[in-house]
Amino acid sequence: MASIAQPHVQSHQATAQPVVHTQRSGLWDWLTTIDHKKIGILYGVTAILFLMIGGLEAMLIRTQLVSADNTLIGPNTYNALFTMHGTTMIFLGVMPLSVAFWNYIMVLQIGARDVAFPRLNAFSYWLFLFGGIVLNMSWFFGVNEVPNQGWYGYAPLTEEAWSPTRAVDFWILSLQILGVASMLGAFNFIVTILNMRAPGMSLMRMPMFTWTTLITSILIIMAFPAITIALVFLMMDRWVGTGFYAPAAGGDPLLWQHLFWVFGHPEVYILILPAFGIVSEIVPTFSRKPLFGYSVMVYATAAIAFLGFGVWAHHMFTTGLGPTANSVFSATTMTIAIPTGVKIFNWLGTMTFGQIKFTTPMLFAVGMISQFTIGGISGVMHAVVPLDAHHNDSYFVIAHFHYVLFGGSLFGLIAGIYYWYPKVTGRVMNESFGKWNFWIMFTGFNLTFFPMHFLGLQGMPRRYYSYGEGSGWEFWNVVVSFGGFLLGFSMLMLLFNIGQSLRTGKRVGANPWDAPTLEWATTSPPPVYNFREIPQVANRDPLWAEKYGTDHENEDSEVGISIGGRELGTAGVPDDKDKETLRLQHAAEEDAGHGIHMPNPSYYPLVAALGMFLLAVGMLIDFPTLIALGPVDFSIVAVLGLITLIGGIFGWSFEPASD
Amino acid sequence: MTQAVEVVHASGGAGHAAGHGGDDHTSHTATGINHRKLAMWLFLASDCMFFGSLIATYMIYRGRAEEVFREGAGTGPFPSQLIDIPFTSVSAFVLLMSSLTMVLALAALQKNNLRGSRIWLAATSLLGATFLGGQYFEFTEFYHEGLSLQTNMFGATFFTLTGFHGLHVAIGVIWLLTLLYVSLRGGLKQKDAMSLEVAGLYWHFVDIVWIIIFTLVYLVPYEEMGTEGLEEGGEHGMRLIEFGRNALGTFF
Ligand code: HEM
Ligand SMILES: [Cu+2]
Repeated sequence: MASIAQPHVQSHQATAQPVVHTQRSGLWDWLTTIDHKKIGILYGVTAILFLMIGGLEAMLIRTQLVSADNTLIGPNTYNALFTMHGTTMIFLGVMPLSVAFWNYIMVLQIGARDVAFPRLNAFSYWLFLFGGIVLNMSWFFGVNEVPNQGWYGYAPLTEEAWSPTRAVDFWILSLQILGVASMLGAFNFIVTILNMRAPGMSLMRMPMFTWTTLITSILIIMAFPAITIALVFLMMDRWVGTGFYAPAAGGDPLLWQHLFWVFGHPEVYILILPAFGIVSEIVPTFSRKPLFGYSVMVYATAAIAFLGFGVWAHHMFTTGLGPTANSVFSATTMTIAIPTGVKIFNWLGTMTFGQIKFTTPMLFAVGMISQFTIGGISGVMHAVVPLDAHHNDSYFVIAHFHYVLFGGSLFGLIAGIYYWYPKVTGRVMNESFGKWNFWIMFTGFNLTFFPMHFLGLQGMPRRYYSYGEGSGWEFWNVVVSFGGFLLGFSMLMLLFNIGQSLRTGKRVGANPWDAPTLEWATTSPPPVYNFREIPQVANRDPLWAEKYGTDHENEDSEVGISIGGRELGTAGVPDDKDKETLRLQHAAEEDAGHGIHMPNPSYYPLVAALGMFLLAVGMLIDFPTLIALGPVDFSIVAVLGLITLIGGIFGWSFEPASD
Repeated sequence: MTQAVEVVHASGGAGHAAGHGGDDHTSHTATGINHRKLAMWLFLASDCMFFGSLIATYMIYRGRAEEVFREGAGTGPFPSQLIDIPFTSVSAFVLLMSSLTMVLALAALQKNNLRGSRIWLAATSLLGATFLGGQYFEFTEFYHEGLSLQTNMFGATFFTLTGFHGLHVAIGVIWLLTLLYVSLRGGLKQKDAMSLEVAGLYWHFVDIVWIIIFTLVYLVPYEEMGTEGLEEGGEHGMRLIEFGRNALGTFF
């Protein structure tokens, strides 16, 4: 394909020549950083840590269930394990790992130098970390204090009468803190995307991953309020003695389910859409052609998000809402499958006639598409009300949501790790090891979760710590547990590859995969200020347009094929350290010390988050109280926390953003 | 082949430097809307969902206290015995007037009339505080009549919903007073009008929500309960006078 003389990615000219803050990396620097890239790394590392904790809990669950009448883990511990496993995986694993990519990658994709509110961004991270600590802190108070009511915490089980220990309180306060963190982050990303796109990047030129970030963030700000209020009611029921969920007082336990699932269903899209975005970046790159049906993809994503608010009661088919409500929610649920199916066909269409390169990221992306589809199909099965009555609370449901959450979300996120690792570290992860990693994970995953469909249909209930000899479930449980350990092992392989490649990974230049989006236009890793000159965007796939011409602009199918002809190098890892990259690197180095104005680091976000943490700790743990000040029985630590929080926010408001 | 990012030294705006957090150069945002203003709009959208959840809950449980009582379980007092529409209309009016003064404060600042902006800012805070005083009175009054969070579903939902709104007003007042303080120290000039505008958006929103709450909680009639379920009959009326007495009692 002919290249075109006219430049499609032009510079956005700059005049500013003040000081660049030098990039240090001591502990203090990490604590006060407001650089979106560092915050992205913090999010990623912390999320992976929590994924490992959640994984460990899963391993214990599977060890207990490996044989009938096993007495290794008692019922109380088992309840704690599945609750913590679910809560951890969702709120501390998958969500923050997505946020890690939003921070690091999305900002680069739109050609910005940071997010709109860098200090708020740091605050979100610290709140996330402390929220995770509050949840897991419960382990230190004995197993009866560990949240044990299931990840969706149904009332009235969570009411004081049935859950008299602090277990539920740890869960409530942790979710409240995590909710604040997620919402603040979402505001920040929406403003960043809408306001800070590089010149020329119209909405319909944004990369798909940026689109899914935008839509997911909108879901977060619209869905989290419902759970926040639901948790406020629960807190008041437990601590103040109101009766929001207590039938005796005229309250209704189903109110919790409504509020929770009004949040909860959009939440599952919050978990999956970022993975959709990642796959939509990887599939075109390794099929060597632009995303098939880009605009349809955008509309489908928006449609999924919109419809996602109208299906919540499909989680409540068995609560007796009545045939009318059930039919309506059944229909809306099935409707959602349409835009979801559209996306799957878009990816397939992108791969059709493409020059597919099965690199590790591509393997994970294709794995995601296939496994998510299986989960999607069993999802449509639950939408059929009478069928759901059988699936409900059985292992069939566990199988379903692991196919979408693990096979969908986590496979997508791992694809993202393999794909963007070179951007973050300047090195690629070991490719042959990566392929082993994929195949072992894929095998382990299917051995673990596919037989759960059978177990569920045979009537094995979820959340039971044991099953009897002669139940007929013994065989598949052995298979599932074996698969689970294989899956656990594959997660360790991933961890090992991430660590090992930091030192031994092959060094690469700006755009090792020859990908089309802007994050690949700057060096790997990027300088503090990301782009020396803000790029000017005239195309949906700017780096391809600039390199191969623009014929494929708005024309989704063929052109990409003939682009190729370009050998991707051994093990599928091309080294694209060409002149252009070198020149960019030079420019960046030359530039260090003069040029671009970046905001100052700040410790106020950490201080304010610490205040929030102390407030929660003060409410959870008995400390001397302030009875001296009057009738208010309020913990000193909580008061200190409140003061620190308010002080932090004021300090931050009056601190100049940059000098 | 052309370069991905051409490195050209020339004149032009470096508007995309990071750290937009504090500055108000709207011309540099892709939408033309200031960052903080856009963030506030988004927050308000989200806040609609907060209030939406609370109001929906209130409406679901509306009349539940009476129902439970009829079934022979719960106790009063009930809304028909407590709600004082004239009194709350006055405080609603006060809150609405504070939106007017807020507009005036912003207009003054935009015209570089610093003195005017301070006066109207002070007036807005004062009106907001007056509304809060009214709510304090109302809450204590209801409490003395025997209504607490634990009494019945009306107590739980009423205090939670109006309290959540009151918290919004309280945060608004603190915010406005902070701006007033900054202004008095010379930190709120014409060029900083955006700071006031953003606070104003929030303030107007809190007012609008009150109109909805006022309608659904106060104006829409409740089942008439006479003196049923009251402990000692309870006295009604004359609340404003009592308010004066209470307020004096609080301060002296
Ligand atoms: C290491 C691989 C994993 C294994 C072996 C595993 C295994 C299990 C099992 C056996 C249960 C059911 C426990 C019971 O009901 O008694 C469960 C529940 C659950 N898992 Fe996983 N899981 C894994 C990864 C994940 C991931 C990645 C996610 C989410 C992103 C996740 C989310 C959940 C949730 C939400 C529950 C429901 C907890 C509840 O009932 O409250 N799991 N898991
Ligand atoms: Cu759902």
